[in-house]
Amino acid sequence: MKGWQFLGSAILAAVLSGATSASAVAAKTAANAQVLHVLNRLGYGPRPGDIERVSALGVERYIQQQLWPETISEPTSLLSRLASLESQRMSSADLARTFGPPPGSKQPAARRSTAPASPDELEQAREAYRRRLSGVARQAMEARLLRAVESPRQLQEVMTDFWFNHFNVYANKGLTRLWVGSYEQEAIRPDALGRFSDLLAATARHPAMLFYLDNWQNTGPGTPGAQGRRLGLNENYARELLELHTLGVDGGYSQNDVTELARVFTGWGLCPAQRIASSGAFCFDASRHDPGDKVLLGLTIRGGGFEEGLQALDLLARHPATARRIAFKLAQAFVADAPPPALVGRLAARFDESAGDIRAVLATLFESPEFWNSRKLFGAKFKTPYRYVVSAVRATGMPLEQPLALTGPLTQLGMPLFGCQTPDGYKNTRTAWLSPEAMTRRLSFATILAAGRLPAVAAVDAAPADLAVAAEWPQLGVPLNPDALALVLGSPFSAKTRQILARSPSALRSALILGSPEMMSY
Amino acid sequence: MILPRRALIQAGLGSLVSLGTTGWAARVQAAPDRDRRLVVVFLRGALDGLSVVVPHGDGDYYRARPRLAVPRPGKPDGAIDLDGHFGLHPALDALLPLWRRGSLAFVHACGLPAPNRSHFDAQEVMESAAPGFKGAADGWMNRLLSVLPAVTAPVRAVHLGSTVPRILAGEEPVASLAPGRAATRGQPLDRPQVAAAFDALYSGSDPLSHAYREGRNARRVIQESLSATGEDDAASNGAPLPGGAFAGDARRLAQLMVHNPEVQLGFMALGGWDTHINQGTNQGQLALRLRALGQGLAAFATELGPLFERTAIAVISEFGRTVRENGNGGTDHGYGNVLWLAGGTVKGGKIYGGWPGLAADRLFEGRDLPVTTDFRSVIATVLERHLLLDGRRVQRVLPGFAAERVDVMYS
Repeated sequence: MKGWQFLGSAILAAVLSGATSASAVAAKTAANAQVLHVLNRLGYGPRPGDIERVSALGVERYIQQQLWPETISEPTSLLSRLASLESQRMSSADLARTFGPPPGSKQPAARRSTAPASPDELEQAREAYRRRLSGVARQAMEARLLRAVESPRQLQEVMTDFWFNHFNVYANKGLTRLWVGSYEQEAIRPDALGRFSDLLAATARHPAMLFYLDNWQNTGPGTPGAQGRRLGLNENYARELLELHTLGVDGGYSQNDVTELARVFTGWGLCPAQRIASSGAFCFDASRHDPGDKVLLGLTIRGGGFEEGLQALDLLARHPATARRIAFKLAQAFVADAPPPALVGRLAARFDESAGDIRAVLATLFESPEFWNSRKLFGAKFKTPYRYVVSAVRATGMPLEQPLALTGPLTQLGMPLFGCQTPDGYKNTRTAWLSPEAMTRRLSFATILAAGRLPAVAAVDAAPADLAVAAEWPQLGVPLNPDALALVLGSPFSAKTRQILARSPSALRSALILGSPEMMSY
Repeated sequence: MILPRRALIQAGLGSLVSLGTTGWAARVQAAPDRDRRLVVVFLRGALDGLSVVVPHGDGDYYRARPRLAVPRPGKPDGAIDLDGHFGLHPALDALLPLWRRGSLAFVHACGLPAPNRSHFDAQEVMESAAPGFKGAADGWMNRLLSVLPAVTAPVRAVHLGSTVPRILAGEEPVASLAPGRAATRGQPLDRPQVAAAFDALYSGSDPLSHAYREGRNARRVIQESLSATGEDDAASNGAPLPGGAFAGDARRLAQLMVHNPEVQLGFMALGGWDTHINQGTNQGQLALRLRALGQGLAAFATELGPLFERTAIAVISEFGRTVRENGNGGTDHGYGNVLWLAGGTVKGGKIYGGWPGLAADRLFEGRDLPVTTDFRSVIATVLERHLLLDGRRVQRVLPGFAAERVDVMYS
């Protein structure tokens, strides 16, 4: 209840200073727009006390700190919550060893369990297995939401979400469920501000990606290891690697490049059970690798086994089309849906000359006049459902005791966590998310949250928790005090919003604040 | 079978005539001739059309797919013969009555005017239907809304889901129908006091206010319609209905359309067709999805009742899949596909489109079914004959498209 104590004292302060509701709101309208801007863009918006903290620190130092997340200590309460999530401490190989392959399957993920006797028993075993895997995926969701709401390393969380979408995997595709959390932990978060080439290399050999885009089955036709279901090429990963992860669809590659790249990645797959202990979950199977030379984007890659893949990844990471694509996506995420071309050009140049150093590119972005164009571009982005939900919960200051309670609303708003089925990941533009349905559902969510409630944890596997009847939902705190809420958010309200807040029944004001146009944008 | 029924519809008679051989609720009622509807079902991820309408008369099909081909009719789990050369996937048997009644047709080797093996790019082209104008701001169904006979109603186009699909993006208002039972549940925003406060907050002319008001209007209409038709599962005594979640959603959309003559357009999307591995034949992941789709479409047609006669249902997917199976029991991204059309104005019971055959030298780039019919030809035909649009309006919906037509619809 720490957040509530804070709110209590803020209200007290407002009362002691003689501020009325309207003037308390008005007093903060002039709050430093730049402070709000960095809290909103580098992170998921202010929690209680954030505006004061960043004001004292100064926006430039705040940005520097955020660019070096390891310099920011995380609260022990968060760390102990994370530590309680057992699967978060397990590597992909640990997970494969512990959970094994699906009952009755021929998948090489880990040791073979003894085949159950009857079809019924097999089905039961499969169901139990799916439930265990869903448990792992739920812990990954808890960890993600806890960090997003409570971690002071906000930019790292924003960038983790950014790269997760860039290198998207879908949790509900088979074994991806087992590895979605370790994927984020091993392949995404460590390099979220690091080098692009490291992200590319880590995702390329992560079991979650190998499984999701089918490369674990990609096999050189006629190779000694080609047998069973693994007889020949599978283009899925190679195509998305070119189209989504690196060059982009207009990046100048052909169908022939897709096929050649698929040949390069033959044999990149999951370890057989006996090798997991020594090799981790990724194994290169030379017996299924196409040994011939390949020609990728006009360059010959000599037949050389595993090294070919590294060469190809390196070529793609350094390609100018990749630099442009990443620059565009970063500018779109941090500045505007249609980012200024000059900025994209400068970011691409920085990407190029820094050999894909993401921190360097972001530093350039945060220093750019475009990022600081308050007149045109402050508040110009429309929040995704994820950002909306996380920022609203942050603003309340409520401790996130049941992180999974947020998964139902996210699903209903069209953005289930780890639930983007297609490899392009979730978009972050207004066109993608502003819809009539989005507005009514967000406002219903805002109304419930303002009453100090969140949906019951209940059923992530069953029907998503409904945004329907507030009275059915557990009370987690007292109804939010609107004056305190306005202070937390820095009162960014327009004259119209303030006017309507002032004349609305006080019981509705917090809902109106959380559902205000100012809260929808950032 | 076909002609008498058409004659009856056109004469506005036939309400006493039962046409279904299998118990469709297909009584034809006197129909206001202009009350025509269009529903598009988009199968995202590239459906393997060669498994849906199977060229069982083509030996090359069986040579290209030793493990994935649907067996010939008459063999165990074989295709259901349609015309001696093509057969329907056995998991789609729920659609057979529609075929037999002449209300279901296919256009094979159909697709985009230019090859594009990127899901996202190809969907973009198919939904904007303005090839060469990549990034055109609106979708063709939204442009269609702008040229349909004007009705003053808050809800004229409805899609399933919470985010507006590309095909419906644009100036005209579009309503969302939430999937599952959430469609009819109450929300805090339904409370008058809460609504009044937010009405004031979103009373402007900005995009958020527009979206808000459209959302409130749509919600009112949807709530009224669906509560008027009652809980759809009641009749089944709680037993799960065939077709799963999709069928339930499709039924709700149908109820909404029956109850609201102003709902002229509907859209549903289904994912999971990107079968790079373990596609299966008569069983497996593709068959499972096709079964749910077939049952869902059949449920949709049944629920439409007499309105089915005035509705055209088009099933499309961004591209087809490789003719040859890949090395993992799956298929990769291809080109030509099959387009499905159902409804009372469809000249059904027939497979349309030039069939190039599957011989190696007929394939596009040596690997894919070519496209012999631009998908826009079919759409243009539907617009012209079913929705009764003149050439100028068709041009507005499908800019820059010359007047090719496929003789697949009555008017």
